[in-house]
Amino acid sequence: MQAEVKFSKGEAQWLEIGSVEDIPKLGARVVTTPDGDIAVFRAADDAIFALRDKCPHKGGPLSQGIVHGHKVTCPMHNWNIDLETGEAVAPDEGCAGHFKTNVENGKIFIAI
Amino acid sequence: MKEKLVLIGNGMAGIRAIEELLKINPDLYDITVFGAEPYGNYNRILLSPVLAGEKTIEDIILNDDQWYVDNDITLHKGKTIVSIDRKNRNVVCDDGTSTHYDRLLIATGSNPFMIPIPGNDLEGVISFRDIHDVDLMIDAAKKFKHAVVIGGGLLGLEAANGLMQQGISVTVVHLLDTLMERQLDTDAAELLRASLEERGLHFLMGKQTESITGEDRVKSIRFKDGTELYTDLVVMAVGIRPNIELAKNSGIHCEQGVVVNDTLQTFDPRIYAVGECIQHRGMTYGLVAPLFEMAKVVANHLAKMGYGRYEGSVTSTKLKVTGIDLFSAGDFNGDETTENIVMKDASTGVYKKLVIKDNRLHGAVLYGDTVDGAWYFRLMREETDISDIRSHLLFGESHLGDAGHGGQNAAATMSDDMQVCDCNGVCKGDIVKAITTKGLFTVDDVKLHTKAAASCGSCTGLVEQILASTVGDYEAPEHAPMCKCTDHPHDDVRKAIRDQKLTSVESVMKFMDWRTPDGCASCRPALNYYVISSWPADSKDDYQSRFINERVHANIQKDGTYSVVPRMFGGVTTPDELRAIADVADKYNIPDIKVTGGQRIDMFGVKKEQLPAVWKDLNEAGMVSGHAYGKALRTVKTCVGSKWCRFGVQDSTQMGIDMEKMTWGSWTPHKYKIAVSGCPRNCAEATIKDFGVVGVESGWELHVGGNGGIKVRVTDLLCRVETEEEVKEYGAAFMQLYREEARYLERTAPWIERVGLSYVKEKMVEDADNRAALYQRFLESQKYAQIDPWAERASEGVDQHEFTPIKKLG
Ligand code: SRM
Ligand SMILES: Cc1cc2nc3c(=O)[nH]c(=O)nc-3n(C[C@H](O)[C@H](O)[C@H](O)COP(=O)(O)OP(=O)(O)OC[C@H]3O[C@@H](n4cnc5c(N)ncnc54)[C@H](O)[C@@H]3O)c2cc1C
Ligand code: SF4
Ligand code: FES
Repeated sequence: MQAEVKFSKGEAQWLEIGSVEDIPKLGARVVTTPDGDIAVFRAADDAIFALRDKCPHKGGPLSQGIVHGHKVTCPMHNWNIDLETGEAVAPDEGCAGHFKTNVENGKIFIAI
Repeated sequence: MKEKLVLIGNGMAGIRAIEELLKINPDLYDITVFGAEPYGNYNRILLSPVLAGEKTIEDIILNDDQWYVDNDITLHKGKTIVSIDRKNRNVVCDDGTSTHYDRLLIATGSNPFMIPIPGNDLEGVISFRDIHDVDLMIDAAKKFKHAVVIGGGLLGLEAANGLMQQGISVTVVHLLDTLMERQLDTDAAELLRASLEERGLHFLMGKQTESITGEDRVKSIRFKDGTELYTDLVVMAVGIRPNIELAKNSGIHCEQGVVVNDTLQTFDPRIYAVGECIQHRGMTYGLVAPLFEMAKVVANHLAKMGYGRYEGSVTSTKLKVTGIDLFSAGDFNGDETTENIVMKDASTGVYKKLVIKDNRLHGAVLYGDTVDGAWYFRLMREETDISDIRSHLLFGESHLGDAGHGGQNAAATMSDDMQVCDCNGVCKGDIVKAITTKGLFTVDDVKLHTKAAASCGSCTGLVEQILASTVGDYEAPEHAPMCKCTDHPHDDVRKAIRDQKLTSVESVMKFMDWRTPDGCASCRPALNYYVISSWPADSKDDYQSRFINERVHANIQKDGTYSVVPRMFGGVTTPDELRAIADVADKYNIPDIKVTGGQRIDMFGVKKEQLPAVWKDLNEAGMVSGHAYGKALRTVKTCVGSKWCRFGVQDSTQMGIDMEKMTWGSWTPHKYKIAVSGCPRNCAEATIKDFGVVGVESGWELHVGGNGGIKVRVTDLLCRVETEEEVKEYGAAFMQLYREEARYLERTAPWIERVGLSYVKEKMVEDADNRAALYQRFLESQKYAQIDPWAERASEGVDQHEFTPIKKLG
């Protein structure tokens, strides 16, 4: 299991990180932070999700995976991770930390 | 209001159909299930090991009560439907209640056939079909001494063996002189009888039963020839009859079974039927694998997808008597139009017979050594031309040049702690446990739950065997669907792309009714490949459907950094190129440099953001991407050749460079490697490459279908040619044939084993026009492929977003 998500200590803060157009449909971009990368995904329906860019399996960068539906497949060993929760899809188990996101006028905000 | 779906028959076929339906659309129907037996759905084929004391009833339950609750299914256990009121669309139960349906699925299975002779209704005369029968047998074995099983077929022998394990003396009575005549030829049947006798079973062959005698309970059985045998229990296992009474009485058209069409619909369009109770194209089935195929198709129609078709099945059988290995499939007797290859080794008790017709495997019987059963069955189903492997065929798959570990250890003899999957460290015990506790049936399920066979795949054969020995012979045959997003197999999808001119991944999904809105990580890359290889000029490469390596044109490493491999045509380099590599390594602090097994240089530990700059510098020194990351042409390995080598008879280095100049940049179903050697000493190892070229005095020898990876396969000799131009033409034509016809992620080695070398020769050696056409199509598609992906990204800013963070915090 993933250890606690460092970012969510204390009060979360909404930060603007860019616009929806900056991320390709069915793709992802990364927000770098001193505590490690955050992967921001854009699904086909333009829903935006943010997960810690670290697969619960062996730490693979989820931002580099193939996005399908509201899931991403880790590029390392093909685990499927649910973008809404960060949970690995059964029968695999584990969770990548998950951040709340919000889109206003095409701008993406995430709660860190 | 949801429509109401009612299932009659809580058995293997019916519930499987419901499971398939739930997978496609869990919310479409209100589902109600009626089952005459007082249990949830259980694995009927495992009644034999239950009887033999090797498993318990709990072990074989497939869907417990909770499963029905979890899926919102109303289950009526122990309730029999006595009539169907088709006019008002109601089914009537034996307790008098009546239930409405919008669609009805009949899966009533079959009834054991009881020979119509006097005394067949006495106490102690039973059949072998359900849990109730097994309980009766186990109980009788405790109280009595002698049992008779009538019927020396699959079911009868499993019953006899099980009863014997329960400690009762058993005699098998069979009408004919040989056992299991529907599955075995006489030689194999004799071996089987000998080993069963050795274990303590008694046989009376060629005996016709006339009557069964007794007051209340059975006392003896009498035969036509006047002899008599005393017994306390008679098990009739002489065959099954589709259970059609209910359907017939309700006016649904039945012959031997409930007659259905290719969509498994009965003559009443609201009513479907699956399983042993049906008759399809004149056939009835008594094994699980075909029922599972039917279940898929019926689910497709119930879900209103409307395109699935059931076209009949080829079946294979296995006897589930521990310690006896027996496999049979297809037409194993043969006739005047077939040829038989037979091997019989009485001392080890091994017998193999293969029946061949028109260079295709038509049937097989294996006794004593069944390791290759699955492989033979695959060859039969794929209708592979076996003329090229005929001389090895009998010795099995492992003799086709496999120096790896292709699953030839007999799974049954492995201990639980022996490792099956070396990639993911999965032991036999883990797999067996997952299969039994989670009710798994297919290799895909096992992959998902245990990760065995999920990486390199070399242990798939072994996993298949473990599956077969744990749950019986289960794997539904026929062409598997591409992935869970669709029911279509690879070849059908590809055909549609070609016939309908589908030029994008989305259009394929739309045209073929994909179940998921945008596929998954397994089908999208395949679809993208099929689209761009079929329509090089008109399609657009969908980068979001490519694996990360192909998307960023570098290989992702375990720490998330990348490796960079510039192309070194034919393995030849220059001081300038080497200097450029050294400069790049210094400039970007690249931590590791290594010479690869493909004759070029790999720079490891490059950060993603650095990639475009690294490429720019390499580009400026004249180097392009080596596609070390792609399902594409990788390297063309060469040896020194006639330019320097004292043995060289051809200029292999130049030939290699020319081949690489022609083929680089091309996308293929899987990676593709070429090598060129200057003489038969073959220092470039051309005979384990996808396409191998070996110089000889008179010209060049061309080899195809080699593989040096997980499972080593030596190439097949394609032909000899004289000129360099011919090497190029044949090389490109072969590559194009592979590109157009192999399935995604199928390398040339398994592809050739599937289609046969003769097929390849027919298409591109014997048919000069077709070869020229293939060559042309290859060159045409190269016009769109030979664009250096690095250059585009280094200087033209293509896919900038891939290499820069969207935002940097802190
Ligand atoms: C770099 C290299 C090892 C080396 O340092 O020498 C290498 C590295 C990898 N090989 Fe290889 N293979 C390398 C030569 C080979 C060879 C030797 C050859 O080509 O002569 C083979 C056996 C020959 C063959 O392919 O038939 C080889 C058989 C494999 C296989 C098994 C393929 C098979 O069909 O059985 C895999 C797994 C796969 O492709 O699914 C694999 C997969 C890999 C991957 C891509 C694993 C992965 O998915 O990350 C490795 C990438 C490392 C990286 O990031 O660069 N590599 N690999 C070699 C690159 C050659 C090049 O210049 O491009
Ligand atoms: C001992 C044994 C060993 C076998 N071994 C193998 C093997 O190794 N490999 C293999 O492939 N196959 C094997 N088979 C065959 C396999 O089990 C059957 O092919 C399969 O179970 C048939 O599935 P089905 O759903 O059509 O019928 P069933 O599984 O029989 O299900 C039909 C169900 O419908 C119920 N039913 C019938 N009429 C009504 C009604 N009017 N109302 C309500 N419910 C009703 C029945 O009670 C039954 O539960 C074996 C069978 C037996 C008995
Ligand atoms: S380079 Fe090849 S053999 Fe070596 S660890 Fe990676 S995949 Fe395995
Ligand atoms: S690191 Fe993600 S699947 Fe292994």
